[in-house]
Amino acid sequence: MEAFIFFVFGALVLAGAFGVVLARNPVHCALSLVVTLVSVAVLFLQQDAHLVAAVQVVVYAGAIVVLFLFVIMLLGVDQADTLRDPLKAQRAAAVVLGLVLLAEVLFLTGHHWATGAKASASDSIRGGPPGLGNNVERVARSLFTDFLWPFEITAALLVLAVIGAVVLARRSRSVDDVVAEDAR
Amino acid sequence: MTLTLASLDITANYYLVLAALLFTIGAVGLLTRRNVLVMFMCVELMLNAVNLTFVSFANELNDIRGQVIVLFVLSVAAAEVAVGLGIIVAIFRRRRGATADDLDLLRDPAQ
Repeated sequence: MEAFIFFVFGALVLAGAFGVVLARNPVHCALSLVVTLVSVAVLFLQQDAHLVAAVQVVVYAGAIVVLFLFVIMLLGVDQADTLRDPLKAQRAAAVVLGLVLLAEVLFLTGHHWATGAKASASDSIRGGPPGLGNNVERVARSLFTDFLWPFEITAALLVLAVIGAVVLARRSRSVDDVVAEDAR
Repeated sequence: MTLTLASLDITANYYLVLAALLFTIGAVGLLTRRNVLVMFMCVELMLNAVNLTFVSFANELNDIRGQVIVLFVLSVAAAEVAVGLGIIVAIFRRRRGATADDLDLLRDPAQ
């Protein structure tokens, strides 16, 4: 059963990824991205990452892709020029470099990994001392003890991102208007 | 030798190879596409490949911290998309068109 789920949803992951890269219309790209994201969430579930799978669907499919679609709709879709490439050699070079990258990563995958110190029993995903609870409790315990300081920095990062997005997207007066006002 | 699907043992290496393929597709898409929005989506594909790798290693090593890192990657991705789309909207205000080739302000005009 695990093999069946892996191959079905692995194929969907790759199909969605090819859809993102090859579709002409940006809306189709965004919808292909949803297919990939949800399939990756299923593969997370398959590996005992329940909280991460739920967050993946809620944040990625629910928020980020909707944001993409909002911007696509806001700006209007011009699909005429998406696959035209003024630099002829660039596309072939990109594919060759991609294959080299794939060969490198697969080469690394086939090797034995030095993993450093083993995790303590309280950090285990399965088993461990009794009372660790389900996956959400285990993630929360690690997040709010060992990773508390990075968690706080993440909060600051998100606030900064919101402020930055508002400042960037605000319709500001053009430079000419400001110069004209100063001259007055 | 008959290898039936049900008897196949899915190890972490299967997930790592899938993540490598996903990362490569995202990287090639980032290099070949000209639409800035689609380039952004390809970056998301690459981030997802990395997340899949993190979760695979967490599962393999029985270490919950791999899953915690994925939450941080997700929040950084969300912040990146918010700022990046703000930049794209700002670019669109200034000039029509969202292809990367339009952004040639620093180019030598003699060429």
